[in-house]
Amino acid sequence: MADMNRERHRTRETAFYLFTQQSLPACKPVLTPGWVITIFLFMGLIFIPVGLITLRASHSVVEIVDRYDTECVPEAFRIDKISYIQDDSIPKNCSRFMKVHKYMKAPIYIYYQLDNYYQNHRRYVKSRSDKQLLHGQKYHDTSSCQPVELNNGQPIVPCGLIAWSLFNDSFTFIRERAELKVNRKNIAWKSDRDHKFGKNVHPFNFQNGTLIGGGKLNPKVPLSDQEDLIVWMRTSALPSFRKLYGRIKEDLDADDVIVVNLMNNYNTYSFGGKKKLVLSTSSWLGGKNDFLGHACVIIGSSSLILAIVFTLLHLKYRRPYGDTSYLPWSRKSLSG
Amino acid sequence: MAGARRRKQQFSRIHAFSCGKASFKGDHSLIGGPGFSRVIYCNDPECFEASLRNYCDNYVRSTKYTLATFFPKSLFEQFKRAANFYFLICAILAFTPLSPYSAVSNVLPLVVVIGATMGKEAIEDWRRYKQDIEVNNREVKMHQGDGVFEHTKWMDLKVGDIVKVEKDEFFPADLILLSSSYEEAICYVETMNLDGETNLKLKQAPDATSSLNEDSSFQNFKAIIRCEDPNANLYSFVGSLELGNEQHPLSPQQLLLRGSKLRNTDYIYGVVIFTGRDTKVVQNSTEPPSKRSKVEKRMDKIVYFLFAVLVVLSIIGSIFFGIETREDLENGRMTRWYLRPDDTTIYYNPKRAAVAAILQFLTALMLYSYLIPISLYVSIEIVKVLQSIFINQDLHMYYEEADKPARARTSNLNEELGQVDTILSDKTGTLTCNSMEFIKCSIAGTSYGHGITEVERALAWRKGSPMAQEVAEVGDQVKEIKEEKPSVKGFNFVDERIMNGNWLNEPHADVIQKFLRLLAICHTAIPEVDEETGRISYEAESPDEAAFVVAAKELGFEFYERTQTSISLYEFDLSGKKVERSYNLLNILEFSSSRKRMSVILRNEEGKLLLLCKGADSVMFERLAKNGQEFVEKTKEHIEEYADAGLRTLVLAYREIDEEEYVEFNEKFTEAKNVVSADREEMIEEVAEKIERDLILLGATAVEDKLQNGVPECIDKLAQAGIKIWVLTGDKMETAINIGFACSLLRQGMKQVVINSETPENKALEKAGDKTATAVAYKASVLQQISEGKQLLISSNENSEAVALIVDGKSLTYALEDDVKDSFLELAIGCASVICCRSSPKQKALVTRLVKTKTGSTTLAIGDGANDVGMLQEADIGVGISGVEGMQAVMSSDIAIAQFRYLERLLLVHGHWCYRRISSMICYFFYKNIAFGFTLFFYEIYASFSGQAVYNDWFLSLYNVFFTSLPVIALGVFDQDVSSRLCLKFPLLYQEGIQNVLFSWLRILAWVFNGVLSATIIFFFCIQAMKYQAFRKGGEVSDLEVLGATMYTCVVWVVNCQMALSITYFTYIQHLFIWGGIILWYIFLMAYGAMDPDISTTAYEVFIEACAPAGSYWLLTLLVLIASLLPYFAYSAIQIRFFPMYHQMIQWIRSDGQSDDPEYCNMVRQRSIRHTTVGYTARFEAKSKSSKERGEDNR
Repeated sequence: MADMNRERHRTRETAFYLFTQQSLPACKPVLTPGWVITIFLFMGLIFIPVGLITLRASHSVVEIVDRYDTECVPEAFRIDKISYIQDDSIPKNCSRFMKVHKYMKAPIYIYYQLDNYYQNHRRYVKSRSDKQLLHGQKYHDTSSCQPVELNNGQPIVPCGLIAWSLFNDSFTFIRERAELKVNRKNIAWKSDRDHKFGKNVHPFNFQNGTLIGGGKLNPKVPLSDQEDLIVWMRTSALPSFRKLYGRIKEDLDADDVIVVNLMNNYNTYSFGGKKKLVLSTSSWLGGKNDFLGHACVIIGSSSLILAIVFTLLHLKYRRPYGDTSYLPWSRKSLSG
Repeated sequence: MAGARRRKQQFSRIHAFSCGKASFKGDHSLIGGPGFSRVIYCNDPECFEASLRNYCDNYVRSTKYTLATFFPKSLFEQFKRAANFYFLICAILAFTPLSPYSAVSNVLPLVVVIGATMGKEAIEDWRRYKQDIEVNNREVKMHQGDGVFEHTKWMDLKVGDIVKVEKDEFFPADLILLSSSYEEAICYVETMNLDGETNLKLKQAPDATSSLNEDSSFQNFKAIIRCEDPNANLYSFVGSLELGNEQHPLSPQQLLLRGSKLRNTDYIYGVVIFTGRDTKVVQNSTEPPSKRSKVEKRMDKIVYFLFAVLVVLSIIGSIFFGIETREDLENGRMTRWYLRPDDTTIYYNPKRAAVAAILQFLTALMLYSYLIPISLYVSIEIVKVLQSIFINQDLHMYYEEADKPARARTSNLNEELGQVDTILSDKTGTLTCNSMEFIKCSIAGTSYGHGITEVERALAWRKGSPMAQEVAEVGDQVKEIKEEKPSVKGFNFVDERIMNGNWLNEPHADVIQKFLRLLAICHTAIPEVDEETGRISYEAESPDEAAFVVAAKELGFEFYERTQTSISLYEFDLSGKKVERSYNLLNILEFSSSRKRMSVILRNEEGKLLLLCKGADSVMFERLAKNGQEFVEKTKEHIEEYADAGLRTLVLAYREIDEEEYVEFNEKFTEAKNVVSADREEMIEEVAEKIERDLILLGATAVEDKLQNGVPECIDKLAQAGIKIWVLTGDKMETAINIGFACSLLRQGMKQVVINSETPENKALEKAGDKTATAVAYKASVLQQISEGKQLLISSNENSEAVALIVDGKSLTYALEDDVKDSFLELAIGCASVICCRSSPKQKALVTRLVKTKTGSTTLAIGDGANDVGMLQEADIGVGISGVEGMQAVMSSDIAIAQFRYLERLLLVHGHWCYRRISSMICYFFYKNIAFGFTLFFYEIYASFSGQAVYNDWFLSLYNVFFTSLPVIALGVFDQDVSSRLCLKFPLLYQEGIQNVLFSWLRILAWVFNGVLSATIIFFFCIQAMKYQAFRKGGEVSDLEVLGATMYTCVVWVVNCQMALSITYFTYIQHLFIWGGIILWYIFLMAYGAMDPDISTTAYEVFIEACAPAGSYWLLTLLVLIASLLPYFAYSAIQIRFFPMYHQMIQWIRSDGQSDDPEYCNMVRQRSIRHTTVGYTARFEAKSKSSKERGEDNR
């Protein structure tokens, strides 16, 4: 026992000694040509297949995009779309036809896409009160919600610009006269529903001001169930973004024509934003985006090219490693 | 007491010291006037009058802060730094709505960083405080009244106290000497700590108090001293002692300064006159200059550069923001209505877009502050402290005999150690141990002594190496001489032919006898007999004199007694019998630097008059009698040999004098001695000159001014590394040249440019007394010599010969004048080695400053004495030798080592490593912050420059502190490009630091570029891959939270792996920190995400719920990682393979396993050696070259 202790003590001592003398055992890799070529080849061989697989996944996704912001404004109003959208007396309903060009397997995700919409503007992002969303009117300090904090001296729930500007176009989908069932539940993150939006918090005094921003909320439904709001409240990172609207649980066949009846309520005309409706399936990587696949293939192939170039250079220009005459200072200062 | 009295007489006889009794004249009339108002009531410090005066206590404080001033003062110090001040402003602004992030997250890192730095300050100050405590609590015997002396702490001393200081104790304050253990009330003082002079100074008490040499005599002692006020002048003092009704003048002769030490005197009594900060040594102490390394200075520039980038980015951002904000209201209609531009604050008011833009500029300044690494300074400080710990811990720099490790006293110069271009070295105590050893002699044309010097040893060692088959002549007896440690200090002579009385059998036994007798007689040393053991030791003026007497003793001629008129020896007569003889000493013709010899005249027992003379060969050979030149040729040959081996030689000769001649001489001599005028010296010289002629040569001695261990090897390595070495010494030119040879700084065949002002013409001018004319002439001659030197330099450059420059102190004075110094420096830089002799401390500092400022290169000064302090403080790095006593140099040095030879490791290993570490660390720091900061900026393009950060607040603020700092610190503390063994094997590696290749602007910009590139790849890959489409199978789209977390993950991966890619040294520490940093990020993300959404806000469950299950998140991370590193990897692969730097070559050699192939290594190393290189390797090269040439000539 004592021996073992001593033994352990000694190893610790030597470890400490090696440490203080800066001579710990170390791995000192040197980038020898062998290693370099191997690494380049390896990266090429990894990334090209991965890129191809990714591309395949992306290509397997079927996506239908329909821009409706202009089309849904009646011809007469196209000159001044803003007054059209702000005029409540004009009916905003509109029908669009979407042709399925390829078989789409359920679930089919419905997104609305806004372009040139700065949900990531600092003023916008900050203008909310997480505590109020969770605790409702009990929570009073909602100064962060400026300028949509109070109305007629009453607090607004949910307060802030984000909620106030809630997207309020709505869509119904009809295939061959039958309405497609759209599941609008579970479109928001579970954590948001459970922990960020209160179960007992009901909209209050919402959109009662002089200036009405976007959609209204049903005061009977608690915030945690207002999934459209929850989705909207997750601010997007970029000025072009999609938000999940719902899911279609039925497969769509190629050449199906889907009639979309929509209410074109939301004002994107003031700032020249676009509105699009997107139907998309998903792969294991999500939606349709070739970027990852292309990037992988490009990285992989450039690695391969580098490997070849390096090999050729290595074979062509041989010289001893330790030839100091190539050092910059051998050429200038020390030669004199 | 009797012994002491006798000894005193001897001293006065020999030295004839002009111990000036102070007299009332001149300055003494000022006493009592302004500036001379101090009154000390001796032995009565508590009396009423004394308490009125309220002089300070004897507590000496060296701390920077006190408890009360620590916080305000150190905070102020911290925020004096531009970067810290900027962060302070940011932190304050963070509490306004301007802030793009929450205040707490921004303040916390600043608090951590400032707190860490202040903690370091506090610890350092605490150490100083402890040192103060140690000094202030030292004890000294103080008079307590009634003649009782008791131990008292230094800090409790008061002005007027009587203290008793004993042998080898330091004086606790400035004292006036009252009496000593000697009858005449003299004492010896060592002032090494004050002025670096090693010789003892003699002080003498006023006659009036000299009888008070017992404790009891102070029972009723009362006196009043009036003197000057405290001032910094060490060499002046004016005062008067009022004893009873009598006034006695006081001068510096009675003043004992704090910091000096009592030597050779049993005890003294003194009265305290200046205490604490009034003492001259404290008054003299100046704030040590704060030194910053070149790397750090350049780093500051980069920080400013980044500031500029920051401001530019902010301006761009705020302009765009202003434009976009203005467009939010078009003709009274809101465009981006969701931002409510109609009901807005000043920050987003479209109507006042310009104001909004300006305020946005401030926001942007805060947001992009991540371009400036907040933790850079504190990380560097931590790293440097750890580096210094490694330096302190290095066992290869630990001097076991004195138990002294290396000590880095300031940690902020570590990397400067890797860039030293010129070393300015003191000689005595630094290169040499300041001990002389009698090692060889040439008697009657025969050379005796097998001892070998360090130089010869070094050359012989070379011979053993495979490159050196051609040299044969040096050190035949290397093998025979097994390191016999000299049993006697100063004696390292081995030759059985004359030891143990064997000289009797040698051919010229009579000459040998005379030779040894001369050694035993011709000196001014005093024997000291240890009463217990009976052993005799000698007190001599200089260590070489002691070496002679010791040598004589060891060879059988033991000098044991000196009286006023006689010298007694035990000696052997020619029959080998030991006899006791006494010589009647008549005159001593003392040594002086102009005479370069000393003689004694004596009468031996037979009544014959003899003159024994020893001196430098340059003066001795011309004084030989025609019949005394029997062995001249041989002796000259030997002397040359000795000198080349770095030995100090003296020629010994004697003559017999007629009675009449002596009488005549003695008359004149006595007359000359009694003359009281300026030319007394000259007259004595003249008289002596006449009698020191027609000498008969006996032989020559060779004394080794013992080099410290390993000095030649060390110098050789440093020279191979391309470091220039200058020797600045206070010694004589001959000595300095000898040491130059000993250290291989000089060698035979090297052209010497000697700039010397001691020419006969100049002397004549000086005699004439016209000072201006003399100065002009001196200057002209110096100028001329410099230009001649330059000519020589040019011609020898063509023949690729090395030139050495040797300057004496006087010439140096003129050479350092403003209009001459440039051309002097030009000459000096062209020379392979430079030796400045007879230089004063101030000149040393001036030379250092000249080199430092004019060439702009890094200088390192190394020295051990207080006379080197100026040089140490002036140089970029001051290295103190802590081997011997005297801490003054160490105290003012930046790094203290015990031996000169440790310099090799300090520079070539630690210096190189530290330089490399710090410079890569800084580059990497900028890289990682630029990579991070630019992603923030790029994001703003997509967020209409509103100042919204893409990352969560805490991600932002913990970036520098948490996820990326540890690997950098590991880099800064542990990285090694090449192991220490190889560093020493390939000294040329050091050039990387001198040429600053690792921290050149190009390299820095390349890293900045790499940072921007990484940021670009990270950002655009992320936003392209995480566009509007769903990013996972469940159809969820990415949002700000997901994109932020993803991009941040990519940044953490990229910067950490970039680190892993750019280092070539992985211990488990590196692995732990680099990979640990990445793992830490995931752990943090999970832990933070699991917290209540109130705290975690946008990071709530973002990893667990959103990112981790998404394949694209992981794939994207991998892709971004590889894509960001690919450019760097390709670049470095090609660079290492086709354009390797020196350290990479060594890495090749190591990885090929060729590092043990001596021939191959030599080939790599060899290219570094220039013809102008010094050191024994170069010497060996030169020698083998010239011998080869000679061989060819012969054919």
